[in-house]
Amino acid sequence: MNEPVCEAHAISKRFGGTLALDQVSLRLAAGEAHALVGENGAGKSTLIKVLTGVHRPDGGTVRHLGRPVSFSGPADAQDAGISSIYQEVELAPLLSVADNLFLGREPITRLGLLDRSRLRREATEVLARYGVTVDVRRPLGELGLGIRQMVAIARAVSARARLVIMDEPTSSLAPREADRLADVIEVLREQGIAILYVTHKLDEVFRVCQRVSVLRDGRLIHTGLLRETSRIGLVAAMLGRPVAEVRRHGVTSFGEAHEVGRAAPVLRAESLVREHALHGVSIEVRPGEVVGLAGLLGSGRSETARAVFGADPLDAGSVEVAGRARRRWNPAIAIRSGVCMVPEDRKAEGVVPGLSVRDNITLAALPRLTRGGLVSRRARDRVVDAFVRRLGIKASSPDQKVGELSGGNQQKVLLARMLCLHPKVLILDEPTRGIDIGAKAEIQALIDELAQEGLGVLLVAELEEIVEGADTVVVLRDGTAAGVLRGAEIGERRIMELIAAAGSDGSVGGRFDD
Amino acid sequence: MTTGQAERAAPLSPATGTGRTRLAALAQRHGAALVLVLVVLLGSLTFGSSFTGAGNLGAIALDASYLLLVATGMTFVILSGGIDLSVGSVLALSGVLAAYGSRWGTAGAVLLPLAVCGLIGLVNGLLIGRARLAPFVVTLATLLFARGLAFAVTQEGNQVYIIPADLALTRIGQANVLGVGVPVLIALAVFVAAGVVLNRTRFGLRVFAAGNGDGHAAELMGLPVARIRVRVYVLSSLLAGLAGVLIAAQTTSGLPTLGEGRELEAIAAVVIGGTLLTGGAGSLGGTLAGVLLLKVIQNLINQVGTLSSAYQQVVSGTFLVLVVLVQATLARRRRQ
Repeated sequence: MNEPVCEAHAISKRFGGTLALDQVSLRLAAGEAHALVGENGAGKSTLIKVLTGVHRPDGGTVRHLGRPVSFSGPADAQDAGISSIYQEVELAPLLSVADNLFLGREPITRLGLLDRSRLRREATEVLARYGVTVDVRRPLGELGLGIRQMVAIARAVSARARLVIMDEPTSSLAPREADRLADVIEVLREQGIAILYVTHKLDEVFRVCQRVSVLRDGRLIHTGLLRETSRIGLVAAMLGRPVAEVRRHGVTSFGEAHEVGRAAPVLRAESLVREHALHGVSIEVRPGEVVGLAGLLGSGRSETARAVFGADPLDAGSVEVAGRARRRWNPAIAIRSGVCMVPEDRKAEGVVPGLSVRDNITLAALPRLTRGGLVSRRARDRVVDAFVRRLGIKASSPDQKVGELSGGNQQKVLLARMLCLHPKVLILDEPTRGIDIGAKAEIQALIDELAQEGLGVLLVAELEEIVEGADTVVVLRDGTAAGVLRGAEIGERRIMELIAAAGSDGSVGGRFDD
Repeated sequence: MTTGQAERAAPLSPATGTGRTRLAALAQRHGAALVLVLVVLLGSLTFGSSFTGAGNLGAIALDASYLLLVATGMTFVILSGGIDLSVGSVLALSGVLAAYGSRWGTAGAVLLPLAVCGLIGLVNGLLIGRARLAPFVVTLATLLFARGLAFAVTQEGNQVYIIPADLALTRIGQANVLGVGVPVLIALAVFVAAGVVLNRTRFGLRVFAAGNGDGHAAELMGLPVARIRVRVYVLSSLLAGLAGVLIAAQTTSGLPTLGEGRELEAIAAVVIGGTLLTGGAGSLGGTLAGVLLLKVIQNLINQVGTLSSAYQQVVSGTFLVLVVLVQATLARRRRQ
């Protein structure tokens, strides 16, 4: 291994009660692209923020170029030679390309005025080295994301960076642009620059990087050379599942597979396409069936769920409910046709914490409980009582504010809100995230029960939950369905194999160039 | 998603903007100047020498010069992604303090108000830049503060301080050079200097950068965003203060009621001039055109004897809406 440029040693960082980083060590060597992978909340961004001085670690040290450092912020880190490139390119879109390249170290004349001609000349030269030829006077925001990414990299490198941190740099790039980025990273490596590469895309990890570190729940699970790492081993490490262990039933409370039979699908989504996210995913849900979506973060699980619900606009594809195709599709129409969704982010898209349990439950059903513009109190209380009892929502009274309830009970309130619309299909995006084990089991049992009553369920959840709760599993990889497993075929090993199977780069690229 | 497809298919060089987008962008950048030319032509054809006469044009120029000073500072503030509602009050306070300070001669009449205004700007800047409070709220507070202080100094307007007519300041404020009022020349000089600062210095470029995306991007690029903010608010307050001093010099007294609504007029001029209200893009040249446009329209409506001068604001308001509409359309198209 080459000499280390930057070294994190036993970094710990605590936010409130949660340990975001637990004794994480990382060694970033000159001329090496180091992949940092892990699921949501694994601690990747916290680690980056510690390295760039946004967060101060509670424990451990960062050594940069052999010396212990403690940066006061990104500016300080940048001065020391650590530059970051973010997912959403964080530059000034309204300023020119040249200005963006040199902001912070603008060339000036002897009079102290900006040397605009030198600025332009040097900017053109610098970009040419990355194969980008543009009029550097144009506003950056008018250019494509690929070029913006290149400008960000050129900026980082010409600021004499020794370490460049790239946070999901290809998440909004077209395949061609991603290829160009890989070439540029090669160039950077030859210059002896260390690269920390955060991504969810396995193919990229193996193509671009030499070494990989896996974080899970704030701990470093695995670190090693990629040529000594198997794809399936990496997937298992990311998901936190031992490769050998394949279980069908475990600690969670899903029941047996449901009698799905040959009923006609109640929901059929055909070839869903959304730029950068979905490249033709098809899903079918039958009454009483729990369809699980499996895949790594960024593989298109939530995106598929949201697309089926009409929450994000589609570039192509169709959604059909109970055999009826819809030309226009958005959440309002979806709910009217009987498709309801409990979103992933409970706090941002779900509960209204300041409102009571009663109001939260009946929020979406108000039109149905209204007579002549007035809400029927009696009808409303009946609905609320029924669901509070049925779901076992633990609240002091229906008047209690939802913000005061536990996460599990908040989730039940959300479920109740959707259930009182009498849906045919319920989409659940991570329904048990962030809630305690007891409530988790209750919610899983409830999903099971609802399915038995004939509700179709589309479930996005952790691998273990999917394996135990789903009758059908659609495995997603890079926005395409990598495979569909039914009944007895469903198993962790099988799912991980599908995720880890080498991506069919060519075919995906072909799709783009159409 | 035809645009997205086109972008993907294109090589790694930018797609050229469509003709319509270009035209719209051009209209945004130079729209105010264009309309100004048209309005001036219209005015001179309709009203002849009562509009184009040296006396009338001089009056427009004098009136515009105070607004130009305030709007110049406002341009910096808006470009940096902020807003300064306090300038009208600061202008009034400055006039009152100039009259009050004239007992210590011209130096007192200039330095006292500018020192106080600079301090108000510093408070604005520190609260917005360092404490990260919302510019709208902070400058609303200093708007009230400065206006209140102006009334307090004048015992609620009962005490009028007069600037002695033989003071150098008064003579400067009322003097003409080659038929042009000295305040006009001062405003122009300040405007040119501000143009150099904005377009030819690091600070100027960084003001633009700070206004791109809440300054978050600028911070990640390692720019001293807080310091930039502090400076633009100090500049804005100082220029409003200078306008107040010049008005006081011309009228030989300071009125605490002066400059009410001036902040909105300045904001209107800046936005009409093509500067994005959200910051990050715009120009001082546009602001000059915006200021002149507002003042010429005001003058023309006064020329039409039958129209109440209140219509001036109706016209300005209409024009403002049109400009913002064009900006919004452009921004949306750019995002696609």
